[in-house]
Amino acid sequence: MSDNTDIKQVTVISGKGGTGKTSLISSLAYLLQNYSILADADVDAADLYLIFSPEKSEKTDYYGTKKAVIDFDKCTKCMKCYESCRYGAIDQELNIEIVRCEGCGLCKHVCPVDAITMIERVSGNYFVSDTRIGKMIHARLVPGEESSGLLVAEVRKKALQVAKEKNKSLVLIDGSPGIGCPVISSLSGSHLAIVVSEPTISGKHDLERVLELLKQFNIPGFIVVNKSDINMEITQEIEDKFEKDFPVIAKIPHNHIFTQAMIEKKTVVEIDSEDKSVKDIQETIENIAKLILEKLKISNKNTF
Amino acid sequence: MISIAVVSGKGGTGKTTIATSLFLSLDNVQLIDADVDEPNCSLFLDIRTQHVKDAQIPIPVIDSSKCILCGECVKNCEYNALANLPNQILVFDRICHGCGVCSVVCPTEAITEKNRSLGKIFSGIKGNRRFDYGELIVGEELSTPIISTLKEQVDKKKDYVIFDSPPGSACPMVETVIDVDYVIVVAEPTPFGLSDMKVVVETLYQLNKKFGVIINKEGIGNEELENYCKENNIPILLRIPFDLKIAKSYSVGNNFLTTFPEWKEKFQQMIEEITEEVKNE
Repeated sequence: MSDNTDIKQVTVISGKGGTGKTSLISSLAYLLQNYSILADADVDAADLYLIFSPEKSEKTDYYGTKKAVIDFDKCTKCMKCYESCRYGAIDQELNIEIVRCEGCGLCKHVCPVDAITMIERVSGNYFVSDTRIGKMIHARLVPGEESSGLLVAEVRKKALQVAKEKNKSLVLIDGSPGIGCPVISSLSGSHLAIVVSEPTISGKHDLERVLELLKQFNIPGFIVVNKSDINMEITQEIEDKFEKDFPVIAKIPHNHIFTQAMIEKKTVVEIDSEDKSVKDIQETIENIAKLILEKLKISNKNTF
Repeated sequence: MISIAVVSGKGGTGKTTIATSLFLSLDNVQLIDADVDEPNCSLFLDIRTQHVKDAQIPIPVIDSSKCILCGECVKNCEYNALANLPNQILVFDRICHGCGVCSVVCPTEAITEKNRSLGKIFSGIKGNRRFDYGELIVGEELSTPIISTLKEQVDKKKDYVIFDSPPGSACPMVETVIDVDYVIVVAEPTPFGLSDMKVVVETLYQLNKKFGVIINKEGIGNEELENYCKENNIPILLRIPFDLKIAKSYSVGNNFLTTFPEWKEKFQQMIEEITEEVKNE
């Protein structure tokens, strides 16, 4: 396990939010802790820290897009910057609205008296932390900041590096909802996607779009239908419709244990319960973990 | 006209349910589904829409007869959307943000622009209700330009314009809420729900927005979210209890108000209070 290319990357995504992506990946990360490094790439709604209580974090600043600053000692109020900005980030009083500024630098280029500088700013941080399942890489974007896709790329790069150092064969990546920039950034170069869906018409609609994305990027995917008993008919439709390219590998019925585990800061598989429905869910998740190892041809050390 | 955005940090908390319910509780209203990655409002509404325009950004076209391969465009592109090859400049269309810097810095005026579509805008009308939504083309990265184009659809003659925002608190959410009068945050009372809501609240403070919280799926988790709202003087606008019947009705695409019409009055009352707060400003 000496080269990055030996390390397999698995991204958990969902299209629709709130389907149980983070709950599932936390259980998988617990089960696969001997094999994997966990990366929370859902930087916009990062929640894995609530389950794994990271400590002894090593923090790195993340510089996102630059922001324009006007030096009014030089400015002649020619208004060229105001007229040129395509994002409406400069108003008529020449105030720069930071949240609208995309950092492109057009204003700087059109300014005839060199009054505008582009300043680098810390737009977030990422951390390598210790947890009870080993190292976890996670991040925090300053609220309202953009370019979360770039931060996702940083998190993944760091996770690969740590996986190499720790001699792990797997990086587990928690992606964000949707199909746009942060999702594409969390998927590109992955070896496998686990797509967590739910049997609702919106869940199915969103699933179709995210699977189309996987096809474009040529990434194999497994579907997990969570809350499968909310609508058995749609669960069946999902199984039938995508079975050719994206098999449904597990169906998990709605269960209060997911919220309970979250409140106890545990993964679902760590909950000690005699309840059959809980035991069944735990077994289903173990099977998903085994399937991931099988699919990626990682030899199962049979440790869970 | 009063504009209200419905947001949530965490996905799946009930944003679409609330936005479509508000839409059906009000008269002379417009609903704009700005969750362009995964637009779902149309699934819960009986309004026929049609494709009215594309959301586009300008991208560079390089005239090789004028280009001297000086590399100024490559050097000044903040998004690395251009590359300098031995005998041509390559443009990576999907990475380009359409800012126009390359055309400005080119010393030989070799760069013109053409429009590139990133998404589609749809619109429909039924009675005095109007519904618009945007859809990101699968494989495209930039959601924000579609939301900006969608905002051009705002009908100022309506009494209310409701936005269904993308989840999270990054640029697509900011673009949706930045010009609205009021923001409704939909949150579920779980640890994840609270953590994600806090990030949204910080963003709204930074944007100086008036907002209140709807607690959805009440009873599912714990009291911490409610305590956080109280400690920070954040108004709780409404509480909707967790009920598997609601989830099941949602799963087949029934609108919340069709199945639970008794909630209509509560939504109307909430909007009245919000209206008063906005007008009192």
